[in-house]
Amino acid sequence: MTRPAGLSDRAIWRRAQPVVAIAGVVALIGIPLWLVVVTAAKSQGEALNPDLSLPGEWHLLDNLRRVWTDADLPAAFFGSLLIVVPTVAGVLTFGSMAAWVLARRATRLNAILYALGISGIILPPAVVTVVLLLRQLGLAGTAIGMIGVYLGIYISTVIFFVTGFVRTIPVALEEAAQIDGAGPFLVFRRVVLPVLATATILICLYVWNDVFYAFFVVGGRLDTLPLNLFRVASAGLYLNNWHLIFAYVILMSLPLVVVFAVAQQKVISGITGGAVK
Amino acid sequence: MYYNKEVFAANGTTATPELASNGTLFRALRITIVYAALVAVFQNLFGFALAVLLERDNWLNRVARIFFLIPVLMSALAVGYIFQALLKPTGGVNEMIGAILRHPFDYAWLADTTWTIVVVALIHAWKWMGLSMLIYLAGLNTIPEDIVEAARIDGASRWRTFWAIRSPLLAPAVTFNVATALLGSMNGFDVVQATTGGGPARTTEILNIFIYRTFGQGLFAQATTMSLVLFLLVALMAFPVIYLLRKREEIL
Repeated sequence: MTRPAGLSDRAIWRRAQPVVAIAGVVALIGIPLWLVVVTAAKSQGEALNPDLSLPGEWHLLDNLRRVWTDADLPAAFFGSLLIVVPTVAGVLTFGSMAAWVLARRATRLNAILYALGISGIILPPAVVTVVLLLRQLGLAGTAIGMIGVYLGIYISTVIFFVTGFVRTIPVALEEAAQIDGAGPFLVFRRVVLPVLATATILICLYVWNDVFYAFFVVGGRLDTLPLNLFRVASAGLYLNNWHLIFAYVILMSLPLVVVFAVAQQKVISGITGGAVK
Repeated sequence: MYYNKEVFAANGTTATPELASNGTLFRALRITIVYAALVAVFQNLFGFALAVLLERDNWLNRVARIFFLIPVLMSALAVGYIFQALLKPTGGVNEMIGAILRHPFDYAWLADTTWTIVVVALIHAWKWMGLSMLIYLAGLNTIPEDIVEAARIDGASRWRTFWAIRSPLLAPAVTFNVATALLGSMNGFDVVQATTGGGPARTTEILNIFIYRTFGQGLFAQATTMSLVLFLLVALMAFPVIYLLRKREEIL
């Protein structure tokens, strides 16, 4: 093991790394995205057997417009918003309020409550039982029932992240804030909410893209974007109409990609900040 | 209340032995476990490889990281449809393999009773590898530069620095990634439904696909039993896995 050998090793890697990185992006991400764009721009006949060739004539805007009106995409978009926004607001508020108390008051009862609270990270919801329960409560097929189910699934994640974080803040800091005239709510908003980035981003992604629970709870009653895609792609209107399926995929992915592009630095530091502690 | 108890008893006693005796239960269980294990392995391998590849902080690597995060943002259903199209016998992947081999290639990637489960697990791992990459990158960043520098001055090779110093310090990232990959794939549905729908010959029918199918056929007892089994299975697997991984962190 002499140093020159090590150095030349590093020099080779330094030269090869950009090439490998670009090749990886093109092969692993570029090809699938290319397929989506060219297929979404083809006519029905050309898209029957989707391949990587360029469309003979670009019909991208026509296809997007057709999906927008035929599949009732705006309704599904608002359905998704109607469920995602209250869910995320709810889990963050209730989850972190619970976590703060659980972290600060170390009693035996609170230890048990904490264990119960975070068990939901591991335990999957028994979906059919949940649906039967919602039917008995008269909430099956309603937005409130759906939001309740997601709250139950994801509140554990928030409790877990926030309790861990609050335990690392010295009580003295909190007291200092209080002496300076900051009430508990202000402390909570300024100190706890910012560290919830990881949990918030992941929960937004999961709820926005979920199709399984949505199918069982609100399927057929309320449309969300993934449910709508699932319905139109698996039956009737779009069966084997790849140009329309991929036009839908583009329209559906666009909002998240735009949000991500705008807040990209924050999203990345948010995800990486909270996960490895 | 008495009535409810009876209904539940009836559900349990009729559905469980029937599911167990015709082998559906164990089959779906086995497929789910194989799927989850494959996804956990692939997702972590890909994520780790990408993190090591894109570790240095320059503009090219930052752009590449953003590209690898796009699948994480996309709906898993959409990802499934994309790969269903790519992997058709006449699809893009075979087209490219054919161009390289210089003769037509028409392997049906999603219709092989043995290997399709591996292909679907690869697709699932492809969708989430960007997230694993980010977590591993964060883990690599927590390693103090002076320790690595000291090892280098002591004459440790690049490989040896990597295995002896950096990889043990990645333990928390491994825990997080293995646990989320396992739990995510145990509860998987979208990718499998959009690529194979459980086929060919039900060889990729993981528990959630089974629940979806039986629920659609009105077989509530079977669907309930299965969702209970899934609950128990994940609970049984999750606690030891997390415990083991935590333990390993402590030793290191």
